Amino acid sequence: MDMEDFQVIDDYLCIRLPEEVDHHKSAYISENADRYILKDRVSNVVFDFSDTQFMDSSGIGIIMGRYKKISCFGGKVFAIHADRQIRRILYMSGLNKIIEIME
Amino acid sequence: MVETKRQQAGPARETGSMKNEMALEFDAVSSNESFARVAVAAFIAPLNPTVEELSDIKTAVSEAVTNAIIHGYENVYGYGRHGEVRPVYCRIREGKVYLRCRIENGVLHIEVEDRGVGIENLEKAMEPLYTTKPELERSGMGFAFMEAFMDDLEVESQPLKGTIVRMQKKLQCGSWIYGGE
Repeated sequence: MDMEDFQVIDDYLCIRLPEEVDHHKSAYISENADRYILKDRVSNVVFDFSDTQFMDSSGIGIIMGRYKKISCFGGKVFAIHADRQIRRILYMSGLNKIIEIME
Repeated sequence: MVETKRQQAGPARETGSMKNEMALEFDAVSSNESFARVAVAAFIAPLNPTVEELSDIKTAVSEAVTNAIIHGYENVYGYGRHGEVRPVYCRIREGKVYLRCRIENGVLHIEVEDRGVGIENLEKAMEPLYTTKPELERSGMGFAFMEAFMDDLEVESQPLKGTIVRMQKKLQCGSWIYGGE
């Protein structure tokens, strides 16, 4: 994962997540996401799971953390291209109630 | 896809009689989380598990090992405290994580042990969304995921001694595949 995986398009920060999202990777993702949220004042965050094959509860923590940061200003969080396993984890944790999961 | 492959491999397997064991010992650092789950995945590969089974087991192992590292030994590699931009990395306790796996009668047994701080209130710790480390953005879903993805979960913990997490999962196939397809 490098800087190209963070892209700001209009009011959206798009994060292309790595193949495996776990605790080891979570600090890097959260840190950079927050830097962009502050610097570019984006109000929405899109998590792109195209490359992701594994995620554990650390991923839930990353998404929840970003949601807390932007939702109070009316921002939204989206999850796109999540495969069956990832979707299962998103639903099991109840995140589907606060973020939008799309194809 | 995997499903059909397994069906075809029918004649080559011997039902349930194989026994296999392994034990690993590694440093309690976050880079070993992926090592641990990949090792377990490789260990059960001869049983030809389904994609779902494999993913469930990898998630459960990842949760247990992450817990041992960041809670047991408090070796924290996480996003900083409030308002801090840099992640904090501090190793509070040097230690090892012990991972033991056993396949018997088509059931996979996994044990993850740490000799760290232990869990003070186990009941509370097992509650979904409860975490003692919200500053690290832990979701508090670790035990809930282990419970959901495995058939059986047992946690034994003693303050200042350590924690052992025991998990079991019956593998659908429960058989051993020899050689190629």
